[in-house]
Amino acid sequence: MQHMTANMIEPKQSDTNAIVPAISEPVLRVRNLEVTYYTDLGRAKALDDVSFTLEAGQKLGMVGESGSGKSTLALAMMRMIKPPGRIEGGSVFVGDTELMGLSEAGMRNARLNKIAYIPQGAMNSLNPVIRIGAQMVDAIKAHLPGESRAAINDRCVHALRSVDLDPGVFHMYAHELSGGMKQRVCIAIGILLEPGVIIADEPTSALDVVTQRQVMETIDRVQDQIGAAVILIGHDMGLMAQFVDKVAVMYAGRLVEVSTVREIFTDPKHPYARALISSLPNLDNKGVFQGIPGLAPSLLRIPGGCAFNPRCPNVMDVCKAVRPDVLTLEDGRRVACHLFDAEAAHDQSA
Amino acid sequence: MTNLLELRNVSKVYTRGLTHSNPTIALRETSLTLKDDEPTILTVAGESGSGKTTLAMLLLGFIDPTMGEILYKGRNIRSLTGSERMAYRREVQAVFQDPFAVFNPFYTVDHLLTVPIRRFKLAKSKAEARDRMEEALTAVGLRPEDVLGRFPHQLSGGQRQRINVARALLLRPRLLIADEPVSMVDASLRANILETLRNLQRDYGVSIIYITHDLTTAYHIAKSIVVLYRGGVMEAGDVDSVIKSPQHPYTQLLVDSIPWPNLDQRWGEHAIIARESGLHDPGACPFMPRCPKAMDICRNRPPLFQITPHQAAACYLHDKLPSVDAERLSELLPA
Repeated sequence: MQHMTANMIEPKQSDTNAIVPAISEPVLRVRNLEVTYYTDLGRAKALDDVSFTLEAGQKLGMVGESGSGKSTLALAMMRMIKPPGRIEGGSVFVGDTELMGLSEAGMRNARLNKIAYIPQGAMNSLNPVIRIGAQMVDAIKAHLPGESRAAINDRCVHALRSVDLDPGVFHMYAHELSGGMKQRVCIAIGILLEPGVIIADEPTSALDVVTQRQVMETIDRVQDQIGAAVILIGHDMGLMAQFVDKVAVMYAGRLVEVSTVREIFTDPKHPYARALISSLPNLDNKGVFQGIPGLAPSLLRIPGGCAFNPRCPNVMDVCKAVRPDVLTLEDGRRVACHLFDAEAAHDQSA
Repeated sequence: MTNLLELRNVSKVYTRGLTHSNPTIALRETSLTLKDDEPTILTVAGESGSGKTTLAMLLLGFIDPTMGEILYKGRNIRSLTGSERMAYRREVQAVFQDPFAVFNPFYTVDHLLTVPIRRFKLAKSKAEARDRMEEALTAVGLRPEDVLGRFPHQLSGGQRQRINVARALLLRPRLLIADEPVSMVDASLRANILETLRNLQRDYGVSIIYITHDLTTAYHIAKSIVVLYRGGVMEAGDVDSVIKSPQHPYTQLLVDSIPWPNLDQRWGEHAIIARESGLHDPGACPFMPRCPKAMDICRNRPPLFQITPHQAAACYLHDKLPSVDAERLSELLPA
């Protein structure tokens, strides 16, 4: 266990320096996070020993198939897992605050203030009978009870401006806005209190390409303004290529690879990441369809050893027996696959 | 040579209230022909509100056109009766966007497949019906023993969507209308479903109208493309030319906004002019309010200008080129 934990913690000298010039202390540290759903059919481990760090201004893409635990991870970080789900262990630091140890009231305050979550289909979560402005004011009042009316209004107008919406939207109802505008309202609410971490769960899945680009460019700009770290959850690798600095690949509740976006596109390590990359449509390979064979495992019956072994083209005997640890390779990349056992061992002895 | 399905100057206008004020033109004077003997895959692309689903509903006979007519094998689909109507219903099939919403959760998959067999009297015995079902499921890459007898909630999104394709295939259709069939499916499963669709066209001679806003998948599956914006055809032609060298500013914006999974192919630098929700002059080019190259002449709706034998764009930037009669749109589309 000792040995494993050492591996889980990401080395500080990660090679993302090239992308984010000013490297500060990590704004987000997730350690050994575990979530289990207790269902009638048995225990489903939705999140298994997930650890990663993120620096201010960094953008992390969290990819994986449906049911791989992406949204569970977001909910766990917000401490919004509902029964029969339970957070079994682990810690989430935003700056110096450890979220898992906070009281319920403390956590309520931390949400939106330190860590904001834009859920999937957020645009449908706006209250249809309350004006946009009132919903924004509500959010501020809950966190900053002493704030003057003028200051609250300022904050709202500022947030709307920074997502490229007319301040007149303040007085409008949700039905008067288009899908893209509603999504931007949700982003505006998310940044009202300038949180250190923003989690966006498939923020553009219901939007067409042009609106999608507008929304992503909005998130990009807003992030620059407030210097937050962003986690973008999704399964569209195209969007990841355009938007994020780092990609984390999830499979059956575990992180199987964490690499920079360039590394994952040019030299994916984990066989699942490789399959994911080669299934992508591109301009050069017209008419070539290469899906990933097999189906994602049910979390109730995760295969022994490596969860990917029944679908893996490189499967070895050891994969069926021993669950691979998350190895840190020489270049700082993290991979959970036995193919790299030798490489990682060599690095450690060197 | 007979035409399988033909749209002649079809318009669909939605009006509001008793006074029929503020009509919304969902589809404007569109002509399109699908030939019986040349199975093809045609993409209809456009953003939300471009009229692409209206087109699907019209082709399926779910709504009636406000103007113009839709002919199935030379007969107006509104006047079809008896066996002709049955044949049309059988030969024109649909696959819809949401594989989670189209199943009745109380029935097993078998039910979904046996109903059309009974309705169209496709099999003489239970054993033959079973054979037909297994054949259709195998054709879409499913193992019959994996899905038959199971309930929808026991299946993944990709499996459900393939069952929908299998259901359509069971009826030996001539035309499949696929309205955003992969937008709700995981990226890793998209490839499988698109391949299934392409094989249908290749191996079974089924024409496919692939309706989408995703130009990436359109490029991979289709031979030709029609780009709609606010009910009007902006650009049409061979899918390679349209996506690799778009000529209409709207198509350029669409292509520019594709998030290609390629680090060296970034989103364009052009700023996007947001769509205005207000009314615009129905006589003008519909894209004019957002067009970076709008000119005075754009106040009159442009005709299609022919750029190559297999590409045309409705934009005055190309007004030196010969214009194409909108009714001859299909001649631009390679089979």
